[in-house]
Amino acid sequence: MDRVIDDLIALGKGMSITFKNMLERPVTKQYPEEKRVVPNRTRGRHVLHRYDDDLERCVGCLLCQGTCPAGAIYIEAEENDKDAPTSKGERFAKVFDVDLLRCIYCGHCEMACPTNAITLENNTALAGYTRDSLLMHKDDLLEPVGVSTLGSTDYWDPKPPADVANRVPSETGSFDGSSTSAAAVGRGDLKLGQNPKNEVHRESDHE
Amino acid sequence: MTLEMAFWVAVRALITCVLLLTGFAYMTLTERRVVAWFQWRIGPNRAGPQGLLQPLADGLKLLFKEQLIPANARPFIFLLAPCISLVVALTSFSVIPTQLSSEVANAPAGAPLPQVAHWFQIADLNVGVLFLLGITSLAVYGIVLGGWASGNKYSLIGAIRSSGQMVSYELALGTSLLAPLMMVGSLSFMEIAHHQRDHLWLGISQPLAFLIFCIAAIAETNRAPFDLPEAEQELGAGFHTEYNGMRFALFFMAEYTAMITVSAVATTMFLGGPWLFPGVAIQSFFFFIAKIAIFMFGFIWLRATLPRFRYDQLMRIGWKVLLPLAMMNLAITAIGVVLGWTHIQFTGVILSVIAILYATGKLNRRREAEASHH
Repeated sequence: MDRVIDDLIALGKGMSITFKNMLERPVTKQYPEEKRVVPNRTRGRHVLHRYDDDLERCVGCLLCQGTCPAGAIYIEAEENDKDAPTSKGERFAKVFDVDLLRCIYCGHCEMACPTNAITLENNTALAGYTRDSLLMHKDDLLEPVGVSTLGSTDYWDPKPPADVANRVPSETGSFDGSSTSAAAVGRGDLKLGQNPKNEVHRESDHE
Repeated sequence: MTLEMAFWVAVRALITCVLLLTGFAYMTLTERRVVAWFQWRIGPNRAGPQGLLQPLADGLKLLFKEQLIPANARPFIFLLAPCISLVVALTSFSVIPTQLSSEVANAPAGAPLPQVAHWFQIADLNVGVLFLLGITSLAVYGIVLGGWASGNKYSLIGAIRSSGQMVSYELALGTSLLAPLMMVGSLSFMEIAHHQRDHLWLGISQPLAFLIFCIAAIAETNRAPFDLPEAEQELGAGFHTEYNGMRFALFFMAEYTAMITVSAVATTMFLGGPWLFPGVAIQSFFFFIAKIAIFMFGFIWLRATLPRFRYDQLMRIGWKVLLPLAMMNLAITAIGVVLGWTHIQFTGVILSVIAILYATGKLNRRREAEASHH
């Protein structure tokens, strides 16, 4: 007979702790009715953005497709019609498909985008009954006409340096393909190749 | 026994079975909801208002599941085992009075009770406690046969653990029950319940027996923290690993019905059965149910609090703590019965003996091996 009474006292203490916890409020959110407010930087489904004048930000440069580690993005670019342009660049994305089944929501596409056209937003309700329903086309991703936001771009840190006030790399204020900078593709003011870490990454990427 | 009497016994048995199985169904829901509260969750609340249709949904799902018999199993015994478990669990409830008939309730103390059949007890056996202990000890057959017939070594280990546990704790359980039985002087549950109309509840006059009974009863029903037969981490699901669908549900029913039954025994034996308070001569079926509910909450509370014992700890508690204490309690009670102590004197003597044992370190002695370890 060892420590009978002490064990019973310990038992009583444990029981009182669990009883106190029983009276606590449940932390469960009853999901479809009650949604949790997700952080601003949540990387959910992609959104393609527009400028204030309803032109698309995406210029069909394929940088996001190139950087995507999962191969989830497929773009077919086409020349803009000079009289009725779809985007502000020379080209626009005629086809912009994102396969949500492949996407790993890493956010490389939004970092690579020179025009802030694509961001990952806080829509995380990504379930579907078929594979096709999870293959997003341009119409599914694009903001409706009349809506112009920057999405989660505002919440990412570090912000680009102050001297790159206009993240659209151009002299005229809208993207014309005349110039681009490291800052505009999310690397701050580093020149490509300056950072030894970047070099390593780039070499291994190409091998 | 006439045919008519047999008919009414059968009707009462049917009603009791239906009530017990409904109780089982809602006990599963209650347990899931209450354990959820303990863990800051809400629990199943989607099927019907507050999840009240959840047991129905679970039952339908289990009913329509494919039922497999493993290739290595012995089919007949494999099918028989869950039936044994459930039948045993349901049968043992038959001797428990959930309310006393007015003739019995108003009978003078000391006089032999009138033999009246009534709705709230299937059969008033004069050896009711013995019958109950005998029937509940059969429950181990369902588990052992089920585990063995599954043809799976983990099921077999679970079954063997279970039999070792149940045999060990039955000793402490039976011995702890002897003390209050000696005070009442009868093995009939009706008499035991009637006895507590005019006297203190036996749980108060026999605190040690009550405690030992509660612990042993948890072990007997294979509930946490004594649920070693179904230790998931080591054994899969233990003896019922190979069971699915309705056959699994039968084991499940048996476990919960056994919980209800031991709660009912504890209520009748130690908490005055259907009587409201000691000294208050009001009795009802509902008081009985309320007391069972308290015990059931205790089962859930323990499950939410305590981790599982190791097998050596389990055996040590059973053989080296509970059984000696129960024997000591029995001896003290025997002396008290001979000397004609009152109920409150029993409480005083038993509590003071425990206090003396504690003060002299007999209850808290560290084992030498453990002491040298540190």
